[in-house]
Amino acid sequence: MIKIAGLHKALGGKPVLQGVDLQIGKGESCVIIGGSGAGKSVLIKCILGLMTPDGGTITINDAPRTRDFMDDIGMLFQGGALFDSLPVWQNVGFKLLRGADKAQARDIAITKLAQVGLTPDIADRYPSELSGGMLKRVGLARAIAADPKVIFFDEPTTGLDPIMAGVINDLIRQVVADLGVTAVTITHDISSVHAIADKVAMLHDGVIRWIGPKAEIATATDPYLKQFILGSSDGPIRSRW
Amino acid sequence: MTLLAAIGAAVLAWIAALGRFTIFVADTLSHIIRPPFYGAAFGRSLIQIGYFSLPVVGLTALFTGGALALQIYAGGTRFSAEAVVPQIVAIGMVRELGPVLVGLMIAARVTSSIAAEIATMKVTEQIDALLTLSTHPMKYLTVPRVLAATLVMPILVAVGDTIGILGGYIVSTQRLGFNAASYIQNTVDFLEVKDIISSLVKGAVFGFIAALVGCYYGMGADRGAIGVGRATKGAVVAASVLILAANFFLTEAFFNT
Repeated sequence: MIKIAGLHKALGGKPVLQGVDLQIGKGESCVIIGGSGAGKSVLIKCILGLMTPDGGTITINDAPRTRDFMDDIGMLFQGGALFDSLPVWQNVGFKLLRGADKAQARDIAITKLAQVGLTPDIADRYPSELSGGMLKRVGLARAIAADPKVIFFDEPTTGLDPIMAGVINDLIRQVVADLGVTAVTITHDISSVHAIADKVAMLHDGVIRWIGPKAEIATATDPYLKQFILGSSDGPIRSRW
Repeated sequence: MTLLAAIGAAVLAWIAALGRFTIFVADTLSHIIRPPFYGAAFGRSLIQIGYFSLPVVGLTALFTGGALALQIYAGGTRFSAEAVVPQIVAIGMVRELGPVLVGLMIAARVTSSIAAEIATMKVTEQIDALLTLSTHPMKYLTVPRVLAATLVMPILVAVGDTIGILGGYIVSTQRLGFNAASYIQNTVDFLEVKDIISSLVKGAVFGFIAALVGCYYGMGADRGAIGVGRATKGAVVAASVLILAANFFLTEAFFNT
């Protein structure tokens, strides 16, 4: 279980997270929604340890997070964050190349690529030769390559057309179900929320404004959540220019 | 008061930058001796920094050696000392011009490339991705490049020295009428072991500086394309200045009589 309590983080003197409390159970798929600049990426980076929080605690299975946490996670970055200098299979098998031999790592990488619907012929291509949708799939293959216990998804459908976004959402749902992993997704794409989430948390003004099962979104009365789900410009959330 | 505050802020910023760089150097050195080691990344860096720099090093040294011979000859004729061309070309290339020119060429070619590559990785979250893959960026990106540059630069300098002397030889024998055998004999007789050692040590130090500065600026890049540009420019300027400063102190250490 991932437990976040009273998390604070300021960037450039501006408070971004102002006391975030959140619990994500084992095997649960939690989607964190919120507008641009709400602090979703900062929250996920604090959970991962890529940023140091100014205050609050993050515990993994009731123990403080250690460096070993990275051995148990997979991460799909918004832009893919694939290594340009390495071919696709070495990107996917990056973590495996330290333990397994090269041929074995390549075999596993090709298996993982197949799991996300990619054929073995792209294994030797470089990331610059792939389309946006393929980059996301390769990123997803890399995230699941080392059989993680927790997978983080940062805006998994951003920049994709609606059909490819649907494909990626389905893949994420399928991968999470097949592997039985805990999933933490940040997005502002409502279609992702419906496809991926067990539980939804809305981050606004540096705190979790609303949290509940996906099924309760439709009946929720919180005006912030309602405005966000409807995508309306009329409501308590003001656009930041 | 505003001027004083501005000067104070600049001094504080400079001290903070010096502190950050010192910590980065110490961090790099500590990671060099601690496993894991990334042999493939080291091999790639050796080829990128060493092998692919050979053409630019060779051409720079060749033309500089030739020009040096012409200048020494022209200057020497003023007081009937044109016969010293082989000796001065040899000592000039090996002690100073070889290491410094190769160092500056490496700063231009390698430091800029390292800074731009790592800065791009930083702004596209590839450095974060390394961390999520349980890989320390210092070990995977900085250590192989710094080690490779430090080890390969003495070889590049040796090549530069040799080709520079060759440039002087070609110009002297083909254009200035020097005897080929006596030119080579004078060159060999005049050079001392200390000259060659100083050249190779300078190469190693300049290689260390060039790669380290590139990594430092790349890792510290801000977001966006402007951050990549700023990191690249800053790295080349800083590496060039540090190489020239280090050259002065090494010359002082080796040849101060």
